[in-house]
Amino acid sequence: MLAGAGLTLWRGTTCLFEDLSFRLPVASALLIEGPNGAGKTTLLRVIAGLTQPESGHVTWQGSGFRQQVQSGRLRLAFSGHSPGLKPELSTRENLRFFAQLAGLPARVSDILEATGLDSCADLDVRLLSAGQKRRAALARVLLSAADLWLLDEPQTNLDTAGRRFLEQALGTHLANGGTAVVAAHQSLDFGAAPVTRLALGS
Amino acid sequence: MAVNVDTGARTRDAATEPALGLLALFWVILARDLRVGLRRWTDASNSALFFILVVTLFPLALSPKAEQLRMIAPGVLWIAALLATLLSLQLLFRSDLEDGTLEQLLTLPYPLGWMLLAKTLAHWMITGIPVVLMAPVLAITYHLPATALAVLTLSLLLGTPTLSLLGSIGAALTAGLRGAGVLLVFIVAPLMLPVLILGARATDLALAGEDPTGPLYLLGALLVLAVSLAPIVAAGAIRVSAD
Repeated sequence: MLAGAGLTLWRGTTCLFEDLSFRLPVASALLIEGPNGAGKTTLLRVIAGLTQPESGHVTWQGSGFRQQVQSGRLRLAFSGHSPGLKPELSTRENLRFFAQLAGLPARVSDILEATGLDSCADLDVRLLSAGQKRRAALARVLLSAADLWLLDEPQTNLDTAGRRFLEQALGTHLANGGTAVVAAHQSLDFGAAPVTRLALGS
Repeated sequence: MAVNVDTGARTRDAATEPALGLLALFWVILARDLRVGLRRWTDASNSALFFILVVTLFPLALSPKAEQLRMIAPGVLWIAALLATLLSLQLLFRSDLEDGTLEQLLTLPYPLGWMLLAKTLAHWMITGIPVVLMAPVLAITYHLPATALAVLTLSLLLGTPTLSLLGSIGAALTAGLRGAGVLLVFIVAPLMLPVLILGARATDLALAGEDPTGPLYLLGALLVLAVSLAPIVAAGAIRVSAD
């Protein structure tokens, strides 16, 4: 169970959200919706522990989020605006680095194939198209074997096949007992999994 | 495309060991940063070229007299090494913040200070080691005797990692700021002064035929202090920068 309680955050003089609470059971998805500038990305970063809220806290299975991540009880995959890959290294080298950090180095070629990146796996990431970078970021999420996925606008720049793959991957993740928080302003099909919607900026 | 990849999600009730031991983690991060650093060798070579330039300009502008050059050599070489380090610091965390890989490190179940120590070591190996290696060669043009050359190299070997570690604090504080170059210099340069004084002093003593071990020991002590404390401070600062 992922829960946020009383989250408040101001950016300058604008209140992005105030006293925001949510509860998300395991094996379900939270869809953060809202217009541009409503604070979707910021809320996602607050959940990931990257941005400190002015008040309130996020918990996982009843105890503090940061603690759960640090103790290894919660594996987290975060995919933000930037792909989180080194532009000077190839996709394969980048993914191998994150696979080593996750302790799962054998999965890299499987995942490169599954995400349709095997033809450009040895190209430097800076040479990839925006859509290919997005796929590579998705590949990084897949290989981390995480319990909780935090995805910021994951469909951006993806083609139709890429979107379908993303939806299938999310469906598989949720069916396997994973949890996902997705910030999106486009519709997204999560398959059979229960979806909680959270509208910001209204 | 079909999804036949096990996403691996499962609920964990008990605490599980992190996937990597601390030493393996250190090595993985060091190896990646060295690889990135060598691919961006133009950035890395800037500070080395700057060091060569500063050191070779002094004899041209001052005088070619051997005794005068010998007198200014310890100070010139150490100031050049310090400036070269300052020049290279902006790159330390900035690119990681921009391409989002820093966020990834922040969401891992590993101690952040330890990862930053690995990154700082990689940075020193790419920008600091060339300076240490070039210093004795360039110092020959200053008519330094062999003992002084050895002490100069040793003092740089002990001192430049300390400069990089101190610099990592400033780099972490200013990673998120635009045009923070001068600010970074003003933050870290005062912290670097003891290293500069001790390094130049050790070489000076060796040049005068006296025993340089005192300042060298102090440089070693500063290095131990910087290794143990700077990454912790930098870790706190980088969390603020990434916010």
